[in-house]
Amino acid sequence: MSAANKRPLSPFMIGPYYKPQMTSVLSITHRATGAGLVVGTLLLVYWLAAAAVGPKAYEHAQAVLGSMLGQLFLFLWTWALFYHLANGIRHLFWDAGYGFELPDATKSGWAVVWSSIILTFLCWLIAAP
Amino acid sequence: MSIRTPLAHVRGLGAAKDGTHHWWLQRVTSIALVPLVLWFIISLLGVSHADYETFQHWLSNPFRAGLMVALLAVLFYHASLGMQVIYEDYVRPEGAKVIAVLATQFVLFLLGAISIVAVLKIALA
Repeated sequence: MSAANKRPLSPFMIGPYYKPQMTSVLSITHRATGAGLVVGTLLLVYWLAAAAVGPKAYEHAQAVLGSMLGQLFLFLWTWALFYHLANGIRHLFWDAGYGFELPDATKSGWAVVWSSIILTFLCWLIAAP
Repeated sequence: MSIRTPLAHVRGLGAAKDGTHHWWLQRVTSIALVPLVLWFIISLLGVSHADYETFQHWLSNPFRAGLMVALLAVLFYHASLGMQVIYEDYVRPEGAKVIAVLATQFVLFLLGAISIVAVLKIALA
């Protein structure tokens, strides 16, 4: 085709060409948690639909979500939710034009990591049966 | 072999897609989701272990049911916009990409419809 297609392209971001950095890892984690949360909404829909069907189905859903595997999924889902929420707010500040300097982006990145972990454990401590 | 420049080929064809509309809606839904998700998490702390009666009574409050419906509608819209961007970045060829985007949007729309009907049924029972 034309000359434009023969120009060299920079390699894909994942691979041996770029060293992973804190900011780039957080960026891809934002996508990963977003996609994970979409899968997790299946549990939310299941829970609400069961409650709409009736008491029996609701009790069953509560038992499924309360099982070891159910609790593990919900725990990971809680962290993904807090991570995506906190990093989403970080993105909104960037969209508004704040926090682009590297030291600021690194600081806000660590704030996202730690706040998502702390809030996840806090929630599970409060909601513990 | 054309002697026209690449720029001359695309001039006059109009915009490639729909400009910033998608980007903007992603931001609008994410801003709306911040308070909705915080409300949802704080509420779940209270009702996650509730029995059927308690849960139904909790959701029969019109403010809570309204917030739940708003959360679900915005959440599934935001999810559909986000998944579309992921497919557009990684799925090739074009046909597979379009199928992936459409299939995900249909499924997410359906999940949104099911969960909203479920909330309304519980709230109005």
